Amino acid sequence: MMPQATYETGKRLAGRNAVSYNFAYLDEQTKRMIRRSILKAVAIPGYQAPFGGREMPMPYGWGTGGIQVSAAILGREDILKVIDQGSDDTTNAVSIRAFFARVAGVRTTTATAEADIIQTRHRIPEQPLREGQIMVYQVPIPEPLRRMEPSETETRAMHALEEYGAMHVKLYEDIARHGDIATSFDYPVLVNKRYVMSPSPLPKFDNPKMDQCPALQLFGAGREKRIYAIPPYTSVRSLDFEDYPFTAQHWDKPCAICGATDSYLDEIITDDAGTRMFVCSDTDYCGRRAAEKRSAP
Amino acid sequence: MTAAQAAERLCSATCVARSASIPDGTPDPDAEPILLSVRGVSHYYGARLGCRDISFELWPGEVLGIVGESGSGKSTLLNLLAGRFPSSAGSIHYRDREGVLHEINSLTEAVRRRLLRTEWGFVHQNPRDGLRMRVSGGGNIGERLMACGSRHYGNIRRAALDWLARVEIAADRIDDRPLSYSGGMQQRLQIARNLVSSPRLVFMDEPTGGLDVSVQAKLLDLLRQLVRQLRLSVVLVTHDLAVARLLAHRLIVMRRGEIVESGLSDQVLDDPQHAYTQLLVSSILQG
Repeated sequence: MMPQATYETGKRLAGRNAVSYNFAYLDEQTKRMIRRSILKAVAIPGYQAPFGGREMPMPYGWGTGGIQVSAAILGREDILKVIDQGSDDTTNAVSIRAFFARVAGVRTTTATAEADIIQTRHRIPEQPLREGQIMVYQVPIPEPLRRMEPSETETRAMHALEEYGAMHVKLYEDIARHGDIATSFDYPVLVNKRYVMSPSPLPKFDNPKMDQCPALQLFGAGREKRIYAIPPYTSVRSLDFEDYPFTAQHWDKPCAICGATDSYLDEIITDDAGTRMFVCSDTDYCGRRAAEKRSAP
Repeated sequence: MTAAQAAERLCSATCVARSASIPDGTPDPDAEPILLSVRGVSHYYGARLGCRDISFELWPGEVLGIVGESGSGKSTLLNLLAGRFPSSAGSIHYRDREGVLHEINSLTEAVRRRLLRTEWGFVHQNPRDGLRMRVSGGGNIGERLMACGSRHYGNIRRAALDWLARVEIAADRIDDRPLSYSGGMQQRLQIARNLVSSPRLVFMDEPTGGLDVSVQAKLLDLLRQLVRQLRLSVVLVTHDLAVARLLAHRLIVMRRGEIVESGLSDQVLDDPQHAYTQLLVSSILQG
């Protein structure tokens, strides 16, 4: 699946801007280094494996970790989908998709079912993932304990010794302050009954989708230079209290465009008089459903 | 046994300890085995002396005061006892709840941390070192319970309220952060946070150090009460002889890293034998 280093793409580009890139931007040695970290991360589900993060042609916080993971696993025949907040057509998603189309020449898509690799920020597609697919998450802060414990040395010891009391202190604070667990994104999970993991800024609505997921899930944090992973069919449990069990968000109304009642909805303000509508954040899912509705009245 | 069951057992253990009333004074040494046994402990920071050839024993329910001037090796000794770093020479043995003997110097990090959150407490001089300042008072108290496996919010909340009442902090301050507490309240919160998991041995490093005199008196009163109720063993480091007299059953006087005198508190303070102890006692301010 992995291609050899090649000049083909570079030659094609050379005509345009006289700069040649290796396939998928990163050089082969860097890719090998990242793949080693990925293998380690897959071998220890939820463990944050360090890697030598490279400078990418974009600022930290825009998905440098995700891009490096994608670049390392991308094969010539793979089809890539990129979403940002569930949407295929926001700036970041369009730019990253264009980036890989240009430096790797791979096919891209917006259809979840067609994609081999889905790089994402904030969402897991509504359509269930299948075996063979790979989710690549862009992660800003990989350490779930960071907000409670500022010391990296200490958090590593806490992970090593499975000392996760502090994580529940965070949830306790939520209930004490808001009456229930108000954490609605980046909701901590226990992976494979061992490591507590931050699911990046995913809404907690998507947490249940990670559990026993048939797809491989890779998380890349560019600034913090960490990679972690959930192999296919791994147990992922959201932390909670016995008397305050985990609950996902739900909405009273269906999507205003496609009528879906089982999807994650975004609030969209439509004028300056307070009118608003709720629509699916997953544009591919919503568009597909709306098209089906139109064709079958 | 699951972690939750372990936490339940810890709680029930407290109740038993609470109901037993202990007469004031040194407990009978024959009744129970030694809790902490220190043999020939020395520590050097490079070539500099931390403490030298320290030996003593601590019995269950006993409060041992370590007094001495600043730089005499008191805090070094306390840190050695709590396993914060290994001593250069000598041995420290601790007997846990199950009767298992641990050599502190050769503890694995995992066991040391387990002891720290289940069997021991550590009260710092500055409460900011011992509290999570960005977490509410209730969360601070509850942390140890959650670390011991408690996963029931209602129970944790109840324990937090119970402990706030015991250390005389108003129940309506439970959701306030320690930043908004006064110095004395912060210190009492730190004590509650340490005692909630019913430890057997508490290390205190100048617990009344930064407090004014009236607050000090109240805190000492509270500490004395809790120590008696819960039958705690305490190793108390202080430079304040009045604090030592009030709390400690036995005293160790340290100077330049060595023990110069030890004995029952009243005996040491009323009839000091060593020249340095005499100097210490005579330099207490008379009101």
